[in-house]
Amino acid sequence: METFAQAATMDSVTCPSCGLLCDDLSVERDSAGNLDVSKNGCAKSITFFARAPHTPAPRVDGKPVDLPTAVARAVEILEAAHQPLICGLGTEVQGMRAIMALADKTGACLDHMNSNGFMRNIQVVQNSGWQICTLTEVRNRVDLLVIVGTDIVSLFPRFFEREIWNAESMFGQDTTKREVVYLGGRDIDTSAGIAPDGRKPTVLACDLDQLPAVSAALRALIAGKQLHANSVGGIKVADLESLAARLHAAKYSVITWAAGTLNFPHAELTVQNMTEMVKSLNKTTRSSGLPLGGIEGDMNANQVSTWVSGYPVRTSYARGYPEHDPYHFSTDQLLSRGEADTLLWISTFNPDRLPPRTDLPSIVFGHAHMKLEQEPAVFIPVGTPGADHRGIMFRSDNVVSLPLDQLRSSALPSLGTVLTAILQAL
Amino acid sequence: MLIKLTGGRVYDPAHGINGKIMDIYARDGRIVERALDGERVDQEYNLAGKVVMAGAIDMHTHIGGGKVNIARTLLPEDHRGDPVPHSDLCRAGCGHAVPSTYITGYRYAEMGYTAGFEPAVLPMNARQAHLEMGDTPIIDKGGYAMLGSDDMLLRMMSANADQNAINDYVAWTIHASQAIGIKVVNAGGISAFKFNQRMLNLDEQNSFYQITPRDVLQRLARAVHELGVPHPLHVHGNNLGVPGNMQTTLNTIAGVEGYPLHLTHIQFHSYGTEGDRKFSSGAAEIAAAINKNKNISADVGQVLFGQTVTASGDNMVQFRNASHASPNKWVCMDIECDAGCGVVPFKYKDQNFVNALQWAIGLEIFLLVDDPWRIFLTTDHPNGAPFTSYPHLIRLLMDKTFRNEMFSRISPDAQAMSTLGSIEREYSLYEIAIMTRAGAAKLVGLHDRGHLGIGAGADITVYTDNADREAMFKRPDYVFKDGQLVVEDGQVVKVTWGATHVVKPEFDRSIEQTIAKYYDKYHTVNMKHVKVTDQQIADDGRGHVQVHACEGRREKTA
Ligand code: SF4
Ligand SMILES: [Zn+2]
Repeated sequence: METFAQAATMDSVTCPSCGLLCDDLSVERDSAGNLDVSKNGCAKSITFFARAPHTPAPRVDGKPVDLPTAVARAVEILEAAHQPLICGLGTEVQGMRAIMALADKTGACLDHMNSNGFMRNIQVVQNSGWQICTLTEVRNRVDLLVIVGTDIVSLFPRFFEREIWNAESMFGQDTTKREVVYLGGRDIDTSAGIAPDGRKPTVLACDLDQLPAVSAALRALIAGKQLHANSVGGIKVADLESLAARLHAAKYSVITWAAGTLNFPHAELTVQNMTEMVKSLNKTTRSSGLPLGGIEGDMNANQVSTWVSGYPVRTSYARGYPEHDPYHFSTDQLLSRGEADTLLWISTFNPDRLPPRTDLPSIVFGHAHMKLEQEPAVFIPVGTPGADHRGIMFRSDNVVSLPLDQLRSSALPSLGTVLTAILQAL
Repeated sequence: MLIKLTGGRVYDPAHGINGKIMDIYARDGRIVERALDGERVDQEYNLAGKVVMAGAIDMHTHIGGGKVNIARTLLPEDHRGDPVPHSDLCRAGCGHAVPSTYITGYRYAEMGYTAGFEPAVLPMNARQAHLEMGDTPIIDKGGYAMLGSDDMLLRMMSANADQNAINDYVAWTIHASQAIGIKVVNAGGISAFKFNQRMLNLDEQNSFYQITPRDVLQRLARAVHELGVPHPLHVHGNNLGVPGNMQTTLNTIAGVEGYPLHLTHIQFHSYGTEGDRKFSSGAAEIAAAINKNKNISADVGQVLFGQTVTASGDNMVQFRNASHASPNKWVCMDIECDAGCGVVPFKYKDQNFVNALQWAIGLEIFLLVDDPWRIFLTTDHPNGAPFTSYPHLIRLLMDKTFRNEMFSRISPDAQAMSTLGSIEREYSLYEIAIMTRAGAAKLVGLHDRGHLGIGAGADITVYTDNADREAMFKRPDYVFKDGQLVVEDGQVVKVTWGATHVVKPEFDRSIEQTIAKYYDKYHTVNMKHVKVTDQQIADDGRGHVQVHACEGRREKTA
C-alpha cells in the first residue's frame, strides 16, 4: 500500500490543469510531498503541481476552527437558506456527484465559473446540434485545421505538440504537411502553428467582434453562395473564398474554437455558423468541429449535472424538480437580481478563481492556497484532485474521462467527503 | 432476514414452472428452499391470486454513456414535459424519452424490471457509461463493449493477425470496459464513414483497410465464441433502415458459419422493396430464418408512436437520416479512432406510411418467431420508443383484439402491406416470462437471475392478474430486489443499489504489450488509463462488480 512517505518519481501522471488532460507527465515527489513536473510538462502544469502541500485550518468568520465546527456552521447556514446558489463548481466527478445531491436536498441553483463560455456551445446544441470529433481523431486525421478566435496554446499549451505536429499518424499522412489557418483575433501568437519544416500558418486576422460577420460570410461561401463585397471585417473575400475551396477539398478538416474566448454578445451565433458550416461540408467530404474546453472541471460539472438532472448547469432545484435556463440561472443574473440568499463557491483545482463579491452569507470550499478578498462565513480548504486525492475528470471533448491519481499524502479532506458530511447533517 | 411469498401463481420458465401455486422463500437476498428448522419468517406476503415472476431483464437499453447524455443535452424541451420532483426517498430528475439516471432506475423498478444492459459501451467511453449506470438506482446493470470499427481491430485484421491474437484483444477489451459481451455496430462502417464512405454493404470493402463487414463479423463472432463468453456476438447490422436490407440480414445470418449471433433491433433490418413505395415487410422471411437457424437470436426494437430520440453508434446511418430529425437538430461524432455516435430526435407517426409499417413489422416478427427463448422484448430504448412503453407492448402481444384495434387505426396504406391482422397468436404469461426473464438471463449469461430456483438472487415481481395486460404490467404489487421490498403498488418504497454484471474471460496478457505500443504511438491517452477498475464502479459504496462464469476457451485455434 502506497503511503506517499518517500520521495519518488511517478510516471503516466494525468494533469487536470486544462482540458487536454495529458496523461504522460512524470512528476517527482520529495519526502515532504512537494511535486515537480520532470517530463512532458508545460507552464500551466508546472505551476499546478508546484503548489506546495499546505494544510490551513478551516475558518468560521475568519477564525480558525476544526472541520466538524466548520461543517456544523455550514449546515446552519444552509438550513436557514431559502435559495442557495452553488457556483464555481471547480471539481472532479465524485465531487460533482456530491454537489448534485446537495443541490437536490437544499433546492439550490447550480452554475459553473466557466459557463459564460460553455453556454454558447450548449445553446447551439439545444438549437441545432453539431458534428464534432475527439482529440485522437484530430491527431490521426486532420489535414486542414481552422482555428477561430484563439491561439489555443495560452489555454491548451500542448495542443499542437500532441494533436497536430505529432510525428506518427495512423493513416499514412505526412503530418508536417498539415495546413493551419487562424481565423479572427488580433495579434494572436501563431508561432505554435508553424510546421516542423518552418512553413507558416495562414493568418486571417480581424477583431473578435467582427467574427459574427466573418463566420457568416464563410458559412455562406461554403454553402455555395456568392458575396457582393470585397472584404468582410477587414478580411478579403478572396481569402475567404480560397479558404472555403480548401475546406471543400480537404479530406478531413477540423474547425476549432474555445467558447470562453468568444467574448462578445451573441457569440453562440458565431459558434453556430461554424457548426452549420461543418454540417454542410459533410455533404461531400468529411469535416468535424472541435469545441475546446474542460478547464476547471466544466465538463465534469455539465456531464454529471446532465445525467443526474437531465440538464447541464444553470439548473435550479428551487421547485423540487430541476429546471434549466441558460440565461436566468447564471451566477451574475441571480446575484444581480437578488434571487439567491446564500452563496457556495467551489474551486478545488485553482486557488486563483475567487468567488464573486457579495454581501450574502457565503461558504467557500477552496484550494488550500486560496487567498480570499472577502472573508466568507465559512472557509473549508479541500484537497486538490489529482494531487491530494484521486478522482475522475472529463476531457475537453466530453468523451474521454481519465482517473486522477493521488500523488502525495494530505490531511485535507476531499470535497466529496465534506459535502457528504454536510448532507448527512442536514 | 427470511421472507416468504405465500401461495402465488408462479411463472418460472427456467424450471418449466407454468402457473403453479407455490411458496417462495428468500434469505438474505437469495432464494432458498425453505425455512430452517425453528427459523422464524421475518416477513410473509400472502400472494393468493397474484402472479409471480422473476424480476424482468432488459437485455438492450441505452441507459448510460456518452450518446445518452448527448441525447439528454439535445432535448431540454422533452424533459420539461416530464419533471419529477424529489420525495423523502427519491431524488428529483426528469423522464420521458431519455430520463435522468435516477428516474431511469426508479421507473424500471416500478415496472418490475430489476436489470438493464447498455448495449453500446465504447471502450474509450466505458468509464462514463459505468458512472451513469452507477447513478442508476435499484436495478442491476451491465454493458456490451463495442468493437468492429475500432482501428486497432481493423489494423490487426488487415495485417492478417492470428485469430488467437484477435481473441486476446477482444478479451482485453471486455476486461478494460467491464463488459459482459461484445457488440458490433455497422461492422467496419463507422470507420468507413470517417474515410467518407456513405454506405457499406456486407461484402463491400472499407476503402482504407480493404476489409468487409463480413470479415469483421466472422472474426468477432468466432472470438466471442472461442473465449467462452456466454452472450453471443451482439450485432447491429449494416444498412439499418434501408429498404431491402432484409437481404443483408439474411446474408449476415448465413455468413457467420453457424457461430452464435444475436441480431439486435431486427425490426430496423427487416425491410423489403415491394409495393408502390418500394418499402415492405420482410418479417416473414426474417422470422423463417430465425426459426430455422438455432444459432440466431434477436431482439425486436419495436417502434411505438410518439416523440423519442434515436441514439446510435452508427453515425454513418444517423448522418444519412439526419434530415428526418424532429425537432430539427442532431449530433454526430467521430470518436477516438474507436467508434462514433449519432443522436437524432424522431417522432413516429401512426399515419405516416413508413412509421406505421415499421410498427407492424416489429409486431409481425414477434408473432412469427416460434421460439420465445430466442426473441426478446425491446424497443431499443429510446430508439423505437421509451422503455416505459413496455406494458403497452406486452398488451399488443398478449391481446389480439386490442392489437387489431390498434392496427385498424394506422395508415391504411401500411395496413394493406401487412399481414398483422391475420395473425392469431397471443403470447401467454409463460412466454412473456421467457422473453423478459428466463430467456434474457440465459442470453446475457446471468446464472443467478431471471429465475426463481434455489440460489438465485431474490429479484421477484408480483402482479395482480388483469385481463388488461397493460395495466397489469405497468403497476406491480410488489418488486423485490435482492430480497428487499423496493416497490409496492407501483411506487418505489426503498432505494437500493444493484450490481454491475461482467465476464472476465481468460486471455494471454502479453497482448497488452502490443496494445500499449499502439496507444503510445497513435492515441492521446495511456492504455492503462483506459481500463475501468472495480473500484471506480464501487466508489461511493453504491455498486459492485459481479463476475459471471465464462465457459472457458472453446476449441482454440492452433
Ligand atoms: S497541456 Fe494542459 S493537460 Fe497538458 S500538461 Fe499542459 S496544462 Fe496539463
Ligand atoms: Zn440499440
